Amino acid sequence: MTNATPILGAFPAAPDHMPWPRRVVDEAIWRVLSARLSAGELSLLGLWGDAGMVHMAVLGGDPVAVTVASLACPDGHFPSVGREHPPAIRFERAIRDLFGLEASDALDRRPWLDHGVWSARTPLGRPGAPEAPTPYAFLTSVGEGLHQIPVGPVHAGIIEPGHFRFTAAGETVVRLEERLGYTHKGVEALMAGAPIDRAAMLAARCSGDSTVASSIAFARAVEAALRVAPPPRAVWLRALAAELERVANHLGDIGAICNDAAFAVMLAHCSVLRERVLRAAANCFGHRLMMDAVAPGGMSVDLAADGPKLLHELVATIRRTLPPLVELYDDTASLQDRTVGTGILKPELARQFACGGFVGRASGRSFDARRDLVYPPYDRLRFEVPVRREGDVDARVRVRIAEVEESLTMIVQILAEMPSGAVLADLPGADAPGGEGIAVVEGFRGDILAWVRLAPGGIVDRAHLRDPSWLQWPLLEAAIEGNIVADFPLCNKSFNCSYSGHDL
Amino acid sequence: MRKILLEGLLRRPLTEPPPAAADAETAELSLRLKQGIDRVFGGSLAIRLVDAGSCNGCELEIHALNNPFYDLERFGLKFVASPRHADVLLVTGPVTRNMREALERTHAATPSPKWVVAAGACALDGGLYAGGHACVGGVSEVIPVDLHIPGCPPTPTMLLRGLLALMAACDGRR
Ligand code: SF4
Repeated sequence: MTNATPILGAFPAAPDHMPWPRRVVDEAIWRVLSARLSAGELSLLGLWGDAGMVHMAVLGGDPVAVTVASLACPDGHFPSVGREHPPAIRFERAIRDLFGLEASDALDRRPWLDHGVWSARTPLGRPGAPEAPTPYAFLTSVGEGLHQIPVGPVHAGIIEPGHFRFTAAGETVVRLEERLGYTHKGVEALMAGAPIDRAAMLAARCSGDSTVASSIAFARAVEAALRVAPPPRAVWLRALAAELERVANHLGDIGAICNDAAFAVMLAHCSVLRERVLRAAANCFGHRLMMDAVAPGGMSVDLAADGPKLLHELVATIRRTLPPLVELYDDTASLQDRTVGTGILKPELARQFACGGFVGRASGRSFDARRDLVYPPYDRLRFEVPVRREGDVDARVRVRIAEVEESLTMIVQILAEMPSGAVLADLPGADAPGGEGIAVVEGFRGDILAWVRLAPGGIVDRAHLRDPSWLQWPLLEAAIEGNIVADFPLCNKSFNCSYSGHDL
Repeated sequence: MRKILLEGLLRRPLTEPPPAAADAETAELSLRLKQGIDRVFGGSLAIRLVDAGSCNGCELEIHALNNPFYDLERFGLKFVASPRHADVLLVTGPVTRNMREALERTHAATPSPKWVVAAGACALDGGLYAGGHACVGGVSEVIPVDLHIPGCPPTPTMLLRGLLALMAACDGRR
């Protein structure tokens, strides 16, 4: 992978953008970046809109580094990245829905988040009056004996809403097309103009299962923009909360995946372990999901006095209980029969989409922001990043099992090495300068990108949060192809993409 | 496998006694709910969850109701896969405009008599998301709500309390 800096070095860097540079480029360089993405020399981290401008964050180089390129679109158009590099397609559709900026030669011009019922069109650009909704044109499949199965947005289980359109030949899925956007809450529009603390609460509610990681990403971006460093203890506490969140989600999902293969006993045991983690979190940080525990400037709460004791007990319990469950998973042929070889995501696709988290790592993409874009305290922690190449449901389960073990190790290290002291630094108040900040943080699902531009006085001018799911949802469509319809819940759960984090 | 099952048989159950009903929640039950529905459901309620645009935090805690600590089904409360099987719609989220029609149609597909429980701060009035281009703001803006369970998200204990209060009002026992 090459670094983007040599291509962009000639362009002026935005003065207040921290910690990685943001450069305002011209159309020619924008196209060069698209070509490099398409050639696999760079990875796309994010693509988002702004007032009269689009931004793209790319990852490249050895060691990897992040670069942001910005292109002004005075006439409301920009050269499509998605035309060359398909992972950008949905981003471009969202940019058009939210900002009215058009990827001029885009292959797919259908709306994405906008279902035609918002109170305004292009709400973050120049808001237009709503138009009557037009029916959504699903892609067609032609062939003998094909039939369609529409599913959702209201699903059978206790899950988020989204629509899946299956085209099947008999029992085999020929094509899955996702239609998302049902949970679009207008979070970025609500953040624009909000004070930092209110925007931080919205960031904590992008996706409830990743509330800690999203909060850390947002807080780090704000701290970068304001040049504020959180106290050392806060940084360690953030990692403690983030690893607890990871463990809770992995445990819950390992059980749920097995349950979707009709092996309920795993769900029962794993859900007990998950509940124990949430109860420990509530005792340690005052909230079961640790919502709002992380704040720009540090932590809003310190670890409870008996926290270390409770967490040591928790780690011991999981270390005692999980191995027999893993053994059970290993020894149950009927379960393996469902998970091995099912829902294979090819390594080439994981790489092309820069697919983060356990989904990418189960398909050979060894990337973890905690290691590769290291942020404290992970520079002081010893951990492995498990990677497999099979790319099936089984590989995703096994990566997650291994990650639970790594997180437990980290929790023990954090408890041993965490410094004492304050947990919250004061942010500059009414006299705060403006600035721009970006952060990439490893949530349980993968890397979360947060970008903010602050106006003077502690007001968010524009914020963007890119959930890992943006780069995973499209791959689920590929992974399910050729599998039977009945295995969709299993495959879907093994990805566990966020609807809310994506739709925002 | 055998060892795990055997341990499960020998160990004390993890399931905890139900929480005492809190007056506040019980008081929130509307009169409509209390009138004329004695024993309609024979002590059992089928619940259909509708996520009307939540952040998924509420769903995580609703899920937890099924774990062995809370074991919702021992109260005759059961989550069902279709609104056509449901007595109660449990609705979360600030009702995004993109979900409004699906919520209305799910409500219409639920046979009468039916009850609607709105769970979480968002479901009350849109919470933090109120006021934008994308949310209606509160379940009661779209369908009639019988009970609201507060919290962001409501803990499983709060959810259990709310649902038990609903049960009590529904079958006139307890
Ligand atoms: S009430 Fe809180 S947890 Fe529930 S959907 Fe709203 S923000 Fe999320």
